[in-house]
Amino acid sequence: MNAPIAKTESTAGSYNFAYLDEQSKRMIRRAILKAVAIPGYQVPFAGREMPLPYGWGTGGIQVTASVIGRDDILKVIDQGADDTTNAVSIRKFFAKTAGVRTTTRTAEASLIQTRHRIPETPLKAGQIIVFQVPIPEPLRWLEPRETMTRRMHALADYGPMYLKLYEDIARFGRVTTAYDFPTVVNGRYLMSPSPIPRLDNPKLDRSPALQLFGAGREKRIYAIPPHTTVKSLDFEDHPFTTERWSQHCARCGASDSFLDELVVDDRGTRRYVCSDTDYCDSRLAAGGGR
Amino acid sequence: MTADLDQPVLEVRDLAKSYGDRRVLSDIALSLWPGEVLAIVGESGSGKTTLLRCIDGQIAPDDGEILFHSRSQGVVDLATLSESQRRRVIGNDLGYVHQNPRDGLRLDLSAGANIGEPLLQAGLRHYGRIRQIAGEWLAKVEIDASRIDEPPLRFSGGMQQRLQIARNLVTEPRLVLMDEPTGGLDVSVQARLLDLLRRLVADLDLAVILVTHDLGVARLLADRLMVMQAGRIIETGLTDQVLDDPHQPYTQLLVSSVLQL
Repeated sequence: MNAPIAKTESTAGSYNFAYLDEQSKRMIRRAILKAVAIPGYQVPFAGREMPLPYGWGTGGIQVTASVIGRDDILKVIDQGADDTTNAVSIRKFFAKTAGVRTTTRTAEASLIQTRHRIPETPLKAGQIIVFQVPIPEPLRWLEPRETMTRRMHALADYGPMYLKLYEDIARFGRVTTAYDFPTVVNGRYLMSPSPIPRLDNPKLDRSPALQLFGAGREKRIYAIPPHTTVKSLDFEDHPFTTERWSQHCARCGASDSFLDELVVDDRGTRRYVCSDTDYCDSRLAAGGGR
Repeated sequence: MTADLDQPVLEVRDLAKSYGDRRVLSDIALSLWPGEVLAIVGESGSGKTTLLRCIDGQIAPDDGEILFHSRSQGVVDLATLSESQRRRVIGNDLGYVHQNPRDGLRLDLSAGANIGEPLLQAGLRHYGRIRQIAGEWLAKVEIDASRIDEPPLRFSGGMQQRLQIARNLVTEPRLVLMDEPTGGLDVSVQARLLDLLRRLVADLDLAVILVTHDLGVARLLADRLMVMQAGRIIETGLTDQVLDDPHQPYTQLLVSSVLQL
């Protein structure tokens, strides 16, 4: 491991700390400050080109680059897993350009960048979680014009958003939106929580951690400050519910985590496994397995 | 509601609007009482729709007052309200029926959702209630209740227009602005729609401003008639009075040009 560390130090000379130049980071930090001041409000920012394609987390990576410090311990997950391509690449990217320590343990991390999940292990005060957001505008399906959606946000004109729930219930008898389930932050702004499963929505509510959202293609940043209320949309007679599984995790036996369905052979045999690898591994290590 | 009957729902004073040097509305004044239907007739480009849009807040007038008697705050001047104030004060007291139902409906959502949207906007968050009210209104506008989950895309023009009317009336507005609601419909469908409108207006004690260039529609529906030409009101009075004894040359021309069958 000595050689890569030496290499990190040499590349740190050719790259600025955490890749982005200081002016860009200051600009993004200003956007973040504004986003924190107005919970759930989408702040436009001058998104930079990053050395990875749009849709791979260009928004999240810019936010992370702007808030990361030399003492931070970074964890990166993709769909809950620490070992997928996206997570590995971004973790390596910051190990190389910022020389920060990285971890896969949720409890140890001070900064977590995530795609599509919130870790099962509850976040603590002082931690920051950065979400990668593909479509920041929750009203987009309803109204394609940006001028109109901004106006709807300004007037808190969110009645039409419930039409989506109405149509689901009318057609299927229940709300079928499984991920990116719209929420109202601090009783004011309608917010897309990024494509996290419904199961994770309650974790947004009054979380002690700072939650930052970066959308690279759309160039928007928004935030949920610690201890802010986040309410998922619902009807009085159809309250918000989370997913349930008939099975437990096949590895660690967890019944409270988000389970991925894996087809394990050609005959269609299925196994359900925790999508949060760190949670699953730490349960196994603690002797919770079957 | 009865206490308000002696007060006009809407009073427009000295309304004016120009686009650059072109004056499109001048010295417009009118009053409207609950339960009254006022028809505005005139040739294309005479400012009928512009006037309607000014009242609806889609266009800001240059000058004049639009005094509206709202349920929550009494008389307010719509010309001076910002959009957020406007929404708060007026809420659902004012409806707007577009000439083309496609402008006033969400064609890809179900009929039930279309009627439910104003209820959601008014803050109702109960699926069962919304569905029930939507069903009742479909019946009121003579659309088969079994089509509640169909998108209006699959409806005929007349049905779409009836759906748009239901969507506008579901929150029981005080004033409904209609821009040629029967335009583009064939004569028999028009007749049914007019029947329906007449009944709803009477049942709900609605005040209606009806923009049309069809004098027949005006005669059937309207209590009073206003004739506009080049952005001015040139003649006004009871519908029968104006149509039977038109004073202005333009009105005379208009009346005489109607085909007599």
